[in-house]
Amino acid sequence: MEKHDVVVIGAGPAGLSAAAAAYDAGAHVLLLDRESAPGGILRQCIHPGFGLHTLGQELTGPEYGAHYAREAENRGIPLYRNATVIGLTPERLVTVQSPEGLRQIQAGAVVLAMGCRERSRGALGIPGTRPAGVYTAGTAQKLINCMGFLPGKRVVILGSGDIGLIMARRMTLEGAKVEAVCEIMPYPGGLTRNIVQCLEDFGIPLYLSTTVEEIHGKERVEGVTLVEVDGQRRPIPATRRFAACDTLLLSVGLIPENELSRQAGVPLDNITGGPLVDSRCQTRVPGIFACGNVLQVHDLVDYVTQEGERAGKAAAAFALGKSRRKETLPVEPGEGIRYVVPQSLTPGQELVLSFRVSKPCGAVVYRVRAGEQVLRQVRRPRAVPGEMERIPLSRELTAHVREPIRIEMEVAK
Amino acid sequence: MEYQVAIIGAGVVGAMAARELSRYRLKICLLEAENDVAMGASKANSGIIHAGYDPEPGTLKARFNREGNPLLYEAARQLRVPHKNNGAFVCAFSPEEEGQLEALYRRGQENQIPGLSLLTGEEARALEPGLSPMVTRVLLAATSGIICPYELTIAAVGNAMDNGVALYRNFRVSEIQKKETGFVLRSSRGESVQAQWIVNCAGVHAGEIGRLAGDPLPEILPRAGEYVLLDKNQGALVSRTIFQVPTKAGKGILVTPTVDGNLLVGPTAQRVPGGDCTGTTRQGLETVKTLGRKSVPGVDYRQVIAAFAGIRASTPGKDFLLGQAVPGLFHAAAIDSPGLSCCVALGRYIAENLPLPKEENPNFNPIRENPHFFRELSLEEKNDYIRLHPEYGKIVCRCEGVSLGEIRAACLVNPRPLDMDGIKRRTRAMMGRCQGGFCTPNILTTLAKELGIAPEEVTKAGGASRLLEKGGSYGKA
Repeated sequence: MEKHDVVVIGAGPAGLSAAAAAYDAGAHVLLLDRESAPGGILRQCIHPGFGLHTLGQELTGPEYGAHYAREAENRGIPLYRNATVIGLTPERLVTVQSPEGLRQIQAGAVVLAMGCRERSRGALGIPGTRPAGVYTAGTAQKLINCMGFLPGKRVVILGSGDIGLIMARRMTLEGAKVEAVCEIMPYPGGLTRNIVQCLEDFGIPLYLSTTVEEIHGKERVEGVTLVEVDGQRRPIPATRRFAACDTLLLSVGLIPENELSRQAGVPLDNITGGPLVDSRCQTRVPGIFACGNVLQVHDLVDYVTQEGERAGKAAAAFALGKSRRKETLPVEPGEGIRYVVPQSLTPGQELVLSFRVSKPCGAVVYRVRAGEQVLRQVRRPRAVPGEMERIPLSRELTAHVREPIRIEMEVAK
Repeated sequence: MEYQVAIIGAGVVGAMAARELSRYRLKICLLEAENDVAMGASKANSGIIHAGYDPEPGTLKARFNREGNPLLYEAARQLRVPHKNNGAFVCAFSPEEEGQLEALYRRGQENQIPGLSLLTGEEARALEPGLSPMVTRVLLAATSGIICPYELTIAAVGNAMDNGVALYRNFRVSEIQKKETGFVLRSSRGESVQAQWIVNCAGVHAGEIGRLAGDPLPEILPRAGEYVLLDKNQGALVSRTIFQVPTKAGKGILVTPTVDGNLLVGPTAQRVPGGDCTGTTRQGLETVKTLGRKSVPGVDYRQVIAAFAGIRASTPGKDFLLGQAVPGLFHAAAIDSPGLSCCVALGRYIAENLPLPKEENPNFNPIRENPHFFRELSLEEKNDYIRLHPEYGKIVCRCEGVSLGEIRAACLVNPRPLDMDGIKRRTRAMMGRCQGGFCTPNILTTLAKELGIAPEEVTKAGGASRLLEKGGSYGKA
């Protein structure tokens, strides 16, 4: 049977950097991707804004992806294309379906880097008819950017996640009229820079505390009912209004694609939707690691790359027998924090705590505690759920920790 | 064209009538108003093969359900339609409902339904651990089953076509002219066919057909039923179909696994003004979830992947309207629940009762080739097959694991899919948890190629339901 030290599932930004890092740590690595080319969703993200943190330059998505694809290629890491993993066991037996056939591969370690999917209309439960013209923002992005199609001419976008904002601008540039971007929360979901560059610069209205209550149209979308919501997200009937459109784009959340992880018995975090991991990106199933959007939904690809590097390095160490299973301590979200990744750490290891706040705030102080002891305290001018926060903890800081770690937010005085 | 029989409506009843009639040497056409078959009630319903304890004794529903249940299992095997005899529970939650349950049991005896028994709540929960602790008594119906209703319809139409039946799509009958021998039927697009006999299987539109043919039917009252469909990770919460004691409005909210491994909860039952009113409502979907929780409390409704509404053709008379009215016109109308369970028996009844010469069709083949042979192969067999046919190795729909080879093959099988929903119902591609988010663009171009049309012409479900606007740069250098 075919064997590799490290098998990386998914050749998007997370998988590519994991593969290179595992290779650099001495492992024999195999990359698998279901598409015909590496790069993952970056291939359809033709806008700029990638690479400022990791590469010190501003690239488009395809450029950023190509950079890391070259890194893997230059190392001679094999990539199986059009190869979909259809089976994964806790013993790391990987079943792959591709035009070459069905094969089983034994992996010393597995890195999960399958990314995420968009929440669909069905998952959202928007009532109404089921006409053509309802797309997730990412589907519309692929249709336009990769295939040269125009999915619609008069558009309402539900959700102010980053892809929705990017697509508001993109549809406008392609000649469509974007009537509105609606966000059910009282604050936007995406990065501030995208609100400014994609909506404000193009005069596209953003309606907060507003949602789509019903979809109209028998064959093609003819319009949607917009409605404002109160503090409990209940519709306010008096605010109902009809917005004529032929297209509804949904940018209402991303769901880590962990069906394979479930198959392998990998326990998931209820909030992130990704695996529970330790400070080395290892899931609760030894030898299976996770990074990128399959672990937690990121806003910036640069941090995906960094997470991939950590996972790849750790996977190589596991596969080469260089890592010992050590005691871990829980890492938990405290006051004002929605989730934190990793969910456990090993004392004496360096790591980055990634987390999001529950609701927007002005200036805040984040405190990382181990019991009563404050390990780190960080001030930020503001906190928004749409932007992931990161606090690195050095080896020295975690060396003597004996109690569970908790991260809290406090409004700065 | 001249036919001996024109069946109006390619729903499950029209499809089965066509298939049963194709056993004989007859010239038959099946006229469908939409771009595909199974576009009305047969598209969206509970997909239950009812045991037959529910219909009032002596009714057509009681008779055809009793006869139809084993016939449907047989037809499903011949047509290679996924189905399962998973059994059903009817749950009582109070002493009063226990009384109704016993009445239902006696009614089942009267209808001569095999396999019925009464269980205590504990006995039932031992069989179905997901059942609510509030359930006090259960009627077990062993012959109840599940089947995919649209796939059954597609298969029956395909088999009828393979046996010589002509399918006309987008043929919305708008005029019926009585001739000396038979009728001329004209479509809204100006096409026409002639037929000696008309079989009216037009579902919610059966009343219109009756009027056009000069035989007004009792009013057909369309009713909508809303459902939610859940991810396969919820599909094993129950193995049987879980009903609640029936109410005046119908059989109530059920919770059932589907043949594809999802979990289905629904339906509501609301009167709607027209047969095309298949929108969902917030209230309806909330009702489904609330009542669904009553019998199976553990369903995680965050795992809903789709919500839809189906349409039913009901009448105030509560029974099927079946038989010859004016000469040459045979109705199979007001076929609401348990119509799916009755469909083969109804088709057979129609075929037997049309007074036409019944010479056997020597070429009739009741067996349909299995369109899902690939997904049923072992890993080794799949490997061998992919080596000969690499397209079967390229997975297009990741959620349902559907390959390019399967999609392209489905495009060549009767009745061929002409739109995206047609691909969906034949292959399950775009039907999984991402609801086509990833694969829609690729399937769209594949279908365009198979149909020999521009991608901008591809529709979701015929008519003006195009997915794309003209004006993109596709195909331009």
